[in-house]
Amino acid sequence: MSSPAAPAAAGHSEQGHQPVFAGETLRRLEALFPSYPTKQACLLPALWMVQEARGWISPAAMAEVAEVLGLTPAYVKGVVTFYTMYHQHPVGRHFIQVCTTSPCHLRGAAEVTRALLQHTGCEELGRTSQDGRFTVAEVECLGACGFVTPVLIDDDFIESVTPDAVPGLLARYD
Amino acid sequence: MGYPHPPHPRETVVLSKYFGDQAARTFEGWTGRGGYAALRRALGMTPGEVVEIVKASGLRGRGGAGFPTGLKWSFMPKNSGKPHYLVCNADESEPGTFKDREILRWTPHQLIEGCAIAAYSIGAERCYIYIRGEFTEPWRVMETAVAEAYAANALGENVFGSGRRIEMVLHRGAGAYICGEETAMMNSIEGRRGNPRIKPPFPAQAGLFGMPTTINNVETLAAVPHILNQGADWYKGLCLGNPKSTGTKLFSVCGQVAKPGNYEVTLGFPMRDLIHDLAGGMRPGRTLRAVIPGGSSVPIMNREEAESALCDYEGIVEKGSMLGSAGFIVIDDSADLVYEIYRLAKFYAHESCAQCTQCREGTAWTTRILERILRGQGKPADLDLLLDLADHMTGKTICVLSDSCAAPVVSGIRKFREDFDRYLSGAVSPALVGA
Repeated sequence: MSSPAAPAAAGHSEQGHQPVFAGETLRRLEALFPSYPTKQACLLPALWMVQEARGWISPAAMAEVAEVLGLTPAYVKGVVTFYTMYHQHPVGRHFIQVCTTSPCHLRGAAEVTRALLQHTGCEELGRTSQDGRFTVAEVECLGACGFVTPVLIDDDFIESVTPDAVPGLLARYD
Repeated sequence: MGYPHPPHPRETVVLSKYFGDQAARTFEGWTGRGGYAALRRALGMTPGEVVEIVKASGLRGRGGAGFPTGLKWSFMPKNSGKPHYLVCNADESEPGTFKDREILRWTPHQLIEGCAIAAYSIGAERCYIYIRGEFTEPWRVMETAVAEAYAANALGENVFGSGRRIEMVLHRGAGAYICGEETAMMNSIEGRRGNPRIKPPFPAQAGLFGMPTTINNVETLAAVPHILNQGADWYKGLCLGNPKSTGTKLFSVCGQVAKPGNYEVTLGFPMRDLIHDLAGGMRPGRTLRAVIPGGSSVPIMNREEAESALCDYEGIVEKGSMLGSAGFIVIDDSADLVYEIYRLAKFYAHESCAQCTQCREGTAWTTRILERILRGQGKPADLDLLLDLADHMTGKTICVLSDSCAAPVVSGIRKFREDFDRYLSGAVSPALVGA
């Protein structure tokens, strides 16, 4: 394996990009290799590690992942753009996903979404609040249709959120 | 049981017996409840014998297609000399469906045991469980349970001293409905975009990493230990008259009912009773208008069809729809059906992998035309246009995502024409204007 400190591919370098895959994170990735017959199969897990470490996946990070797994940056970008959970731009400190697909819409998800936008100060879906604290995104079915409205804040899956519960819920996140 | 509600006396509780029981999550708790006896039993038989038992039980795929499970397993080549793979589909993303989530969260060992038995039966030494990215809690529960199973030799190089190797790898999705389609899922595990593949070759010939592969849904695999423990005849006997649909099934009932939840009943149970009795019926003052029974990807049933249907694979087809994943979206007379159909179309447009023209263009244009109708700007010819589009979207693409978008649209126009006519006469949707 090439050194994680190797320069990113030409044209994709970003000033000040500190490698993600060094030390413990690199060891965690390498520990996955025996679980798959190809290194390419570690792409989704590697991208999760980048997002966990940096909050989003920058072009420089994509180039770094490509280097570590023996892929091209363009290929990695093609995969990143396919999956909605990978952030291609920085988001707020806390990323809020609210389900508004039909089963939730039928039971008031629109009102919960409005309350989230209002109390976070995000005002608009996909926008980050002025203080950088929250980003609110509308997402498709979260698979908890019996617990309307489900909201995912970072990795916390919260069931049965009502508009009234929103301020108290947000207070748990600094 | 109708988690989060207490069990209803008319449920037949097999898979959901320990939903809500914290102690059942651990290896010790699970073995204390009879867990892993079925895996030991299976390891004492030949793989072929296990496949025959599952075949005889009548178990059919619970992910949506309803294909006989034992038969699927028997398609795997014998002595191919290649590695075989089992993939467990835990990418539950079908709107209205939330049953696999409870199996993962509450009874992780029920699933691990089912996976191990299936892997043994198809000659696979490795099983990948593909869990959708949003299922953060189920992921953590499964991670702990898999580690426990390895520590107890229920997984690993020498499972329960049998000399058999069964490895289990959890693979996290990243937000793509289409990855629930089996060939898209294989691409996703391989580190690719989740585009479905053309079949043939079928996964049993050339699947994951080009090797013979079987893909089963969470609920299907969770049923396997019970069949091994209690026998094919017992399972086959869980039947309310239709011998083609045997066993119990989790029905996720959601939408505008009094008690949304997962209800486990024997296949063939009357839909009327499932909705009006188990799920508590309509909310006060409301009446049933429509049910989308298979998750959202199937034709909408009107009240008459729903109230006369039997909940099994054939029973729902008889009434013009499909069982699918058995996520029932219940709709009452307060809902705006045109808006809900539009919202579903928007879902499919968002989730189209954009590989096939009919789907990429069809889902997007269906959404746009429905939006125009909701804004009161539709033309009478728009309904014909939608039906024509739907025709081009059905049966013409690599996978069935585009068919799934067309199904609620076509049935909606045919069965609830008056709702569309209201908008074509100039009504404007408050939901859309407010959105």
